[in-house]
Amino acid sequence: MLDCGMHMGYNDDRRFPDFSYITQNGRLTDFLDCVIISHFHLDHCGALPYMSEMVGYDGPIYMTHPTKAICPILLEDFRKITVDKKGETNFFTSQMIKDCMKKVIPLNLHQTVQVDDELEIKAYYAGHVLGAAMVHIKVGSESVVYTGDYNMTPDRHLGAAWIDKCRPDILISESTYATTIRDSKRCRERDFLKKVHESIERGGKVLIPVFALGRAQELCILLETFWERMNLKAPIYFSTGLTEKANHYYKLFITWTNQKIRKTFVQRNMFEFKHIKAFDRSYADNPGPMVVFATPGMLHAGQSLQIFKKWAGNEKNMVIMPGYCVQGTIGHKILNGQRKLEMEGRATLDVKLQVEYMSFSAHADAKGIMQLIRMAEPRNMLLVHGEAVKMEFLKGKIEQEFSIDCYMPANGETTTVTTNPSVPVDISLNLLKREMALGGPLPDPKKPRTMHGTLIMKENSLKLVSSEQALKELGLNEHQLRFTCHVQLQDPHSDADTLHRIYTHLKSVLKGYTIQHLPDGTVIVESIVIKVSSSAEDSNTKVLLLSWSYQDEDLGSFLSSLLKKGLPSGIC
Amino acid sequence: MAAHLKKRVYEEFSKVVQIPHEETPAKKLRLSKPSKSAALHIDLCKATNSTDALQYLLQFARKPVEAESVEGVVRILLEHYYKETDNSVRLKIASLLGLLSKTQGFSPDCIVDDAINTLSNEKSHQVLAQLLDTLLVIGTQLPESPALRLRLVEVAYKHLSDTYFGVRNKCLQLLGCLGMVDAPLGKENEGAGTSLGGLRDVQSIISDYFGDQDPRVRTAALKAMLQLHERGMKIHQIIYDQACRLLTDDYEQVRSAAVQMVWVLSQLYPESIVPIPSSNEEIRLVDDAFGKISHMVSDGSWMVRVQATKTLGSMLQVSPHFLEQTLDKKLMSDLRRKRTAHERAKELFASGEFSSGRKWADDAPKEKLDTNTVNLIASGACGAFVHGLEDEMFEVRIAAVEALCQLARSSPSFAEKCLDFLVDMFNDEIEEVRLQSIHVLREISTHITLREDQLDTVLAVLEDSSRDIREALHELLCYTNVSTKECIQLALLELLKNLNKYPTDRNSVWKCLKFLGSRHPTLVLPLVPELLSTHPYFDTPEPDMDDPAYIAVLVLVFNAAKSCPTMPALFSDHTFRHYAYLRDSLSHLVPPLRLPGRKQVYGLDSVDSGPGSGSVESAQLFLQQSLNRVSTIQNLEAPGAQDLLDLTIRDLLRLGELQTELAGAADFCATYLRCQLLLMKALQEKLWNMAVPLCLKQNVTATAAAQQILEETYKLEFLYSGLESRQVATIHHVRLQAKALQLVLTARTRQGLDLLIGSCEKFLQDVESFQRLFLTELPHLQDSFVDKLLELMPRLSSCKPVELVKILQTTLRQSGLLQLRLPEQIHRATATIIEPTGESDNPLRFTSGLVVALDIDATLEHVQDPQNTVKVQVLYPDGQSHVIHPKPGDFRKPGPHRHRLITQVYLSHTAWTEPSQIEVRLLLAYSSSSTSLTSPSKLGWSESLESLPPAEAAVEGTIPFSKAVKVFIMPKPARR
Repeated sequence: MLDCGMHMGYNDDRRFPDFSYITQNGRLTDFLDCVIISHFHLDHCGALPYMSEMVGYDGPIYMTHPTKAICPILLEDFRKITVDKKGETNFFTSQMIKDCMKKVIPLNLHQTVQVDDELEIKAYYAGHVLGAAMVHIKVGSESVVYTGDYNMTPDRHLGAAWIDKCRPDILISESTYATTIRDSKRCRERDFLKKVHESIERGGKVLIPVFALGRAQELCILLETFWERMNLKAPIYFSTGLTEKANHYYKLFITWTNQKIRKTFVQRNMFEFKHIKAFDRSYADNPGPMVVFATPGMLHAGQSLQIFKKWAGNEKNMVIMPGYCVQGTIGHKILNGQRKLEMEGRATLDVKLQVEYMSFSAHADAKGIMQLIRMAEPRNMLLVHGEAVKMEFLKGKIEQEFSIDCYMPANGETTTVTTNPSVPVDISLNLLKREMALGGPLPDPKKPRTMHGTLIMKENSLKLVSSEQALKELGLNEHQLRFTCHVQLQDPHSDADTLHRIYTHLKSVLKGYTIQHLPDGTVIVESIVIKVSSSAEDSNTKVLLLSWSYQDEDLGSFLSSLLKKGLPSGIC
Repeated sequence: MAAHLKKRVYEEFSKVVQIPHEETPAKKLRLSKPSKSAALHIDLCKATNSTDALQYLLQFARKPVEAESVEGVVRILLEHYYKETDNSVRLKIASLLGLLSKTQGFSPDCIVDDAINTLSNEKSHQVLAQLLDTLLVIGTQLPESPALRLRLVEVAYKHLSDTYFGVRNKCLQLLGCLGMVDAPLGKENEGAGTSLGGLRDVQSIISDYFGDQDPRVRTAALKAMLQLHERGMKIHQIIYDQACRLLTDDYEQVRSAAVQMVWVLSQLYPESIVPIPSSNEEIRLVDDAFGKISHMVSDGSWMVRVQATKTLGSMLQVSPHFLEQTLDKKLMSDLRRKRTAHERAKELFASGEFSSGRKWADDAPKEKLDTNTVNLIASGACGAFVHGLEDEMFEVRIAAVEALCQLARSSPSFAEKCLDFLVDMFNDEIEEVRLQSIHVLREISTHITLREDQLDTVLAVLEDSSRDIREALHELLCYTNVSTKECIQLALLELLKNLNKYPTDRNSVWKCLKFLGSRHPTLVLPLVPELLSTHPYFDTPEPDMDDPAYIAVLVLVFNAAKSCPTMPALFSDHTFRHYAYLRDSLSHLVPPLRLPGRKQVYGLDSVDSGPGSGSVESAQLFLQQSLNRVSTIQNLEAPGAQDLLDLTIRDLLRLGELQTELAGAADFCATYLRCQLLLMKALQEKLWNMAVPLCLKQNVTATAAAQQILEETYKLEFLYSGLESRQVATIHHVRLQAKALQLVLTARTRQGLDLLIGSCEKFLQDVESFQRLFLTELPHLQDSFVDKLLELMPRLSSCKPVELVKILQTTLRQSGLLQLRLPEQIHRATATIIEPTGESDNPLRFTSGLVVALDIDATLEHVQDPQNTVKVQVLYPDGQSHVIHPKPGDFRKPGPHRHRLITQVYLSHTAWTEPSQIEVRLLLAYSSSSTSLTSPSKLGWSESLESLPPAEAAVEGTIPFSKAVKVFIMPKPARR
């Protein structure tokens, strides 16, 4: 099972996947060999404790080290909101999260893990968020790559996704931005920094509502390095809570970050922020410029909304929305230019501060998806995690550019992909050597060569051995198959003379073959026996008897056709 | 117990045997040359098993072998080779053969036969590969022998079908290094190819292995082909298709080599036409190759990406249409066309609106795109640089920036286009990349004019905390063209902000504004009233003349005014006064201006204000005249001589200040004349006629003068660059005079005879060495002190010290002034400490006993070999002084004759009660031995050098050559 996420839009049973799809009625463990989680976003791992503890699954769960570290924090946070705040029951408990995490087996990048006798998995770097991975799953010669979410352009804290030319049978790729080609990141970053810088210079306060993980860290790094570079002094605050814990993990998993952070961490770990400090509620009223990162990202509740209310009245201040906002949230309203907001209790709020929108998304765009396909060279493509209309476009493009089949199954739909599995066959070394000796010294990869041998299928294994060995192994007797044929020949000479003439003729035609004239009145070419006898009616008509074994079929038929043409007259 | 002892005895005994067993061959090898091979032979015979033999061979390989004994050694090795059964030993022997044939002066043709013979009997693949390597070495050693070459190629061809990849690799290498493309690629040879190796064209043989099953062999084949190309063979175009196919190989080293191959072919056949697959069209080969290599910029391996990106930069023949595609990016959002930020910025600029705050959905997608026209996988060159500049690895980004630079320099229209992208790179996370892109922009700045919004982005970098970046940017601004007066204003504003934030950038900012002003006089003109804050009716307050920001504005305005005669009319009165002041104090930044009605006041300026070369000539003339005037002084005691010297010295110093080109020469002359003046004063008549006890005071001044002259001569010798031997001789002559004076003075004051004898001997040695050193210069020194001295030399060396002193005294007083000849170019080494500025009132506090690091930033001019000569001196208030040698890596070289020292010195001291100042200055270390080794060797007397007494040669010392900077420090007592 690849990923075990939840739907954020529902609050009822529909938020978790319906596992009975897999099991009908039976234990999940019997149906699944393992579960692989690509990264820690809740739409990829949110249903994990539900599945393992409430539905019941005891098999292995694989995820990368950072995901394993951060995932429980998010799950716990999510649980708190649903259970403690909204008061829902029938939800997983903290203990369940812990128990679930005990079943997790961590993965390293590029480490091949043997799940069982047949199944092996290997993780590749995917960008997107810390610890995000793509997985290459292989059984025998058939393989699947599942990308999870990935990003092909590096950002301030993560590198770009990379995969080797593994040529999987199916590449399952996300397609969030199937119809988008994005502008360069640099322009957006520069814009963002310029906005913040200008506002700070004016003495204004900048509010950046973020979700706690992922983009927030990128923006922190961006601002931190900018402050460092430009020698700025204004304070940057980060609202506390879950982020602090997460930052701690970001500090630990340096190997998962981008080149710059990896190279400089010996001097200084970039996540040990110099300029960014923890935020306290009272700081919001401090005079002077400051930058505050506050959760949540859409200004619909919590600290970010409180700060927004405080600062909205001053035109020197600024709010930067770094991501998408759902309709109905204050974030969405102000982005659409609404200047008067109705608050609860009929109060209205004049929005005088500047509103900026700056999108930093960490999904691959259409070009990025194509780039990944080019890197992995899959035989079939399967698009998930996107909107059908957009996927349709990308599907067409993929089929056109790479001429491979592309599928985009809807929820619950089964797709059948035909593959061309190669069947491994053991070949006996003796046979191989013998065949090698027949041909040239080097096997030419461009020209396939035929070889003779016997394929034995026994007890689920395939073996290619020489026929003698096969006979011996199977306890069978060897049968010889001989072809004989009569060729009539007009020749006035005596039998012995005719035979001799045939002998000399063949000798002149077949160079490089052993041709013997035996005293008992036969000519033997390799294993082909030729005898001459006069026909009963006409002594001038000689009947040649040719006999050859099955193995010499080629030579034999050649000889028979040759002799049918008659002997040239010039031979004595 | 006894048994135990016995055992120990045996043990030791056996050890004793072993040691000489290992020692003796080593000794033998060293003692007698010809026995080298014999020793090796003995060693190898002694070796009982292969490990021993290997050990001997390893030991043997560590020592060099003389050319004459190489052949013998080779024979021994070969002999052993035939006998040896162990693969590893044979391998080692084979590698030794290769090493030996590299020996200088040994011609390896005599061992070729043997080496080839060994090949045919060898079974082990590794050894075969090593033997082929040896043959390769031999082949490259003997490039002039076609017969051998043919044989080796034949050998290589024979082993090409080996099953071991290493052997095939080496064979291909051999073919690449030695093969000739003589026979054309023809059908008739193909059949015979198997039996007659030499006949087939090397190139087609190599290209057969492009499809080998082993990636290493494929790489080797490509490399061999490149090698052929490097040797000047003409590569056929047929290979192009094969090379292109290898661009999609599974292995990175193959792809990397293929990129090179394709590049080579594109350079060889740029204009030939290749068809585009799946269409009927045809394009130029260079365009096709460019497209294919561009494709590699998004390769999976970063090594290949770097390679491809670098290569792109050198494909200058590519058509502009393709070139511009590399910067192409079509954005879309939900299948609708979107404008890029660059386009938006351009439109925003064109519409006249500037920097409105970003609106939500400002970047909203526009027209709907036809799904068929959207090209996701950019075929060909599309967006290659867009990818390269956004790459994950900074190596790729740097390569992309450099490639952009190369392409932009040859194509102005491309330069215009890539501007936006380069400007974007100013925001890269890695400083190296930022720096590189600034440099690149400077290089192509002749082609471009910055738009306001672009300038804005560029200027944002001025606040960068890295000094290198800021200075690179100042440099860039010096060369930039801007389009509007707003740009000038913007630039000025940002530069002033920069100045405010980093006061140390003062000089750099001023210089930048100087160029900005002189480049855009017409744009500055409308800004003048605002810049100088003048008002048509009201008098505005006079700005503070010491304000660096105000100076910066004035530098801009004055430089613009130089080529804009109407501008001075806008100046207010105090501006003219400030001009006069700045022209005087910052003459390198403020140009001479023709100001209306003020000619008489600024007479000196108008003299100078002629074309630059003329003023230098007149100054030179003046310098020469002054020197001539001085040379008229024949007798040191002539009346008015001293005054004349005094005046001339003053003139020269002033001249040096005014005319920077001649500063070195003027200073040099002034110092020299000062020495003469000091000597003159010391030798004044009155002093010498008096009795000794009466003139104690004068004696003291004379001694001091002698000492000072000595010091000055060292300065003259080592502080100035561009001296010729003639000047050096003159300097040494003065030094000799000073020494003579010292001797005379010692004789007069001290009574100790032993001491006097010693000093006399030393002096005579000095004279001798002078004679030796400047034998060629002696004709020029006629009638001088030393000339007279040398005449009297026979007498001097035999006479008594007292007599000697007397002679010296008279000679000194009688000898005339030696005229100084000026060399062509003479520069004084100078150093300016930029940081610390010495202006800070806040003491640097640190705990006593611990160290504090003090950043030092200084520019050095005309210093030769600063890594060895420049030191930092720290002088503590208690008189303690430390000399610190900066690391060689702390010196940078921003320009010719210019160095930059950015270093840290560590200070430490015991606790003080209150803060106090220490002095930091730079020293130039010299050692007379070092110059007497370098400069005289040019004169061609080096044969006499060996007899030079070493004691005399090694006078070492330091010359302070920068102003001392005071730093306030406060070591606090450690708290317990």
